[in-house]
Amino acid sequence: MSRVWLAVVLVGAATVVLKAAGPVLLGGRELPARVRALVGLLAPALLAALVVTNTLASGRHVVVDARLAGVTAAAVSLRLRAPILVAVAVAAAVTAAIRAV
Amino acid sequence: MPIAIAVFPFGVSFGLLARSVGMGRVAPIVMSATTFAGSAQFAVASILDAGGTAAAAILAAVLLNVRYAPISISVGDLFGGAAPKRLVQSQLIVDESWALASRGGGRFDRNVLLGAGLLLYPSWVAGTTLGVFGAGVLGNPSRLGLDAAFPALFLALLLPQLRGRRALAAAVVAAAIALALVPVVPAGIPIVAASAACLVGWRPR
Repeated sequence: MSRVWLAVVLVGAATVVLKAAGPVLLGGRELPARVRALVGLLAPALLAALVVTNTLASGRHVVVDARLAGVTAAAVSLRLRAPILVAVAVAAAVTAAIRAV
Repeated sequence: MPIAIAVFPFGVSFGLLARSVGMGRVAPIVMSATTFAGSAQFAVASILDAGGTAAAAILAAVLLNVRYAPISISVGDLFGGAAPKRLVQSQLIVDESWALASRGGGRFDRNVLLGAGLLLYPSWVAGTTLGVFGAGVLGNPSRLGLDAAFPALFLALLLPQLRGRRALAAAVVAAAIALALVPVVPAGIPIVAASAACLVGWRPR
């Protein structure tokens, strides 16, 4: 099985199980507060890691290129309350413009 | 309804990006139909694109989706009927449907949760399909700056989560771990390792 299909099948299966955890397995019971606090920090931690690696990593090198300008422009648009799609389009447009010159 | 319309172009962009990173045509559509969780799907595409292994991509995506355990537990009491029915209905839980259904104080509206999920799902899958088949028309994704669209999207998903000092600290520590590990370990691993940053929330008794 290719790594693409392996990822598709296993991530899909895991997500089905995670989403079903509450309604099927646990009923109304809650996770312990200390565990819940940690789980709640997983998403911000992983998303931050995805932002920096997708902006600054190229293979095993840390590089500053047109992507950083694009993502910075997106951050500015988000701060100005632009919708997500606009910010994403700004990132792509700024990056493409810098590469074109 | 507006949120279902907003999800459609995201489906398109997932289809486009997945196609451009070599996931083929069928796999991205199957993934949208089975995983139905945007950030994890984008994470898989970006890690595979960076040359990461399947294991790194799977681990990062599963860790991203671990939040669905507490999310689904928070609405667990709304689901009635036989277990298979609850299993199928539970797949309609996504960040957006869950957020819309929230009535504050830990209470949720079952009809909103399921209704929003039912609108979002076909929108997401149809968007992905359109993106996958439209990708050839657009040409080289890097010339269009689409590689910067990934981190911009992750940033947009991250910002609303940064409420509170702990979330901010977790994000900063995770970013530092990931960046420090990039030159040292294969692609994808820095992201998985960065999940350890959630330990900043650990409170000893």
